[in-house]
Amino acid sequence: MAEIFQYEFMRNAFIVGLLISIIIPCIGVVVVLKRLSMMGDTLSHISLAGVAAGLVAGVNPVAGAVTFSILASFGIEKIRKSFSQYAEISLAIIMAAGIGLAGILSGFVKNSSAFTSFLFGSIVAVSRFELLTVIILSVVVLFAFIFMYRDLFCITFDEESAKLAGIAVARVNFIFMLLTAIVISISARTIGTLVVSSLMIVPVASSMLISKSYKETVIYSIVFAVISTISGLIISFYADVKPGATIVLTGVIILLLVMLIKKVFYTLHIRRDISKQHNSQLE
Amino acid sequence: MDKALDVRNLSFSYNGKTVFDNVSFDICRGDYFGIIGPNGSGKSTLVKLFLNFLSPNGGNINIFGYNVKNFPDWSKVGYISQRAISFNMSFPATVEEIVGSNIYRKAKISGLFTANLKKQRKEKVYNALKIVEMEDNAKKLIGNLSGGQQQRVFIARMLVNNPEIVFLDEPTTGIDAKSEEAVYCLLAKLNKELGITIVMVTHDIGAITVHANKIGFAGNKDVKIISPKDEITEDLIDELYGYKINIHLNRHECTTCYRNAKLKNKTGGI
Repeated sequence: MAEIFQYEFMRNAFIVGLLISIIIPCIGVVVVLKRLSMMGDTLSHISLAGVAAGLVAGVNPVAGAVTFSILASFGIEKIRKSFSQYAEISLAIIMAAGIGLAGILSGFVKNSSAFTSFLFGSIVAVSRFELLTVIILSVVVLFAFIFMYRDLFCITFDEESAKLAGIAVARVNFIFMLLTAIVISISARTIGTLVVSSLMIVPVASSMLISKSYKETVIYSIVFAVISTISGLIISFYADVKPGATIVLTGVIILLLVMLIKKVFYTLHIRRDISKQHNSQLE
Repeated sequence: MDKALDVRNLSFSYNGKTVFDNVSFDICRGDYFGIIGPNGSGKSTLVKLFLNFLSPNGGNINIFGYNVKNFPDWSKVGYISQRAISFNMSFPATVEEIVGSNIYRKAKISGLFTANLKKQRKEKVYNALKIVEMEDNAKKLIGNLSGGQQQRVFIARMLVNNPEIVFLDEPTTGIDAKSEEAVYCLLAKLNKELGITIVMVTHDIGAITVHANKIGFAGNKDVKIISPKDEITEDLIDELYGYKINIHLNRHECTTCYRNAKLKNKTGGI
């Protein structure tokens, strides 16, 4: 067995990383296509306030994060309806509230290292309970996403027509916001609040550059997220750097590589077309 | 004749402004109903009221004899929204995915394991695409199509459930004259050959007066029903709008042919 897998904490980290990198892009695709890319950032800041509240109140900080994220996600949906043409305003308002709350509540946290561990997460320090929580919640989120796959697609493309297609739009949106809040909160504990939103957006961005359908966009997003998580964990183990941050940077490098490869292919394609035209003119 | 839509004493206000005040009219099965009127006169609002997206302050709207609030089968209703037309061009979805997404769900939340079998779904999608002659583009990304082709995809999406009535909110916005004509001719065929009732909001008075058998002018908190064949004149249009409009009534011709085939034969009884 490779050295990296001899340690139980690394084996746990791989399991958690793999599960999170499957469920985050599922949510990310819908979030990006709804043009709410800042959703991850907003909820992660709110979840940080929830962590602080949990630590101050002496309850599980992840439970605090989940509660705050769920409340915030409903707040976002409510404000989004009031500013239907400016959906991002709802995110900015809730994010501002999250930052403010996190700032004030963190001042009352006695163990500041427990609070700061949520900024970049501690994927290599997950407890057995946290591992079990991540496994159960990941299965729930994945099944819910598969079950609502077509409904989410339809709502994302055109919410009005979705209502006529028999979709309970309000219910699906409610469940989706709930899933988003849960995913961000459990990811905040493991890969960190500052990087969770990146893992939600970057693999989707890479995928959108090459995909030729919605289905491919979802599949490639998961593939890119898994690659960046696994390689990020391996790099962080051997280079002794923070795993959460390494995972996100690996994702950004993958995005740059995809952009470069696409550009090269596009240039070669054009050149081939030009030479074909040239040859046919000569003939 | 059977009524497709029955509007009785409809009143609607928005942000304190009265849009409709005690409006009554009806649309029969098989009608081609055009809604015209100046900007802000409530044309799109009227469609949203028909579809129960908005609730009236007073009065009733019935679709096929049912109050719109309790209408039991929305699969009979097709719709192309203004928002669908101004969709995000880089949306990563194929024509097949977009048309298929509109297939009516009987369950409130449908999933992969419900009765909508893959084969049946595909058949429905390709039948709808055949009507608009876009079946060869099923696997293409919607953003890679021309404006006119995208329009036909949206019409296929509207038709995927074999609707009996369709609502279109300015469906020809942003497309060239040739594609616009093709859309009008396709809708006329759907109306004549398949008997689909059409309700269409438009600014194109010249074209709608040729194809529609009934026109509703939205304005002054009312919907005035006009027969395009007997009553409508350029002077009347100027009078209704309150200013001079340069239009050419009854000069729109259908030159675009949809393979000249009967739609009923092609679709297998859509």
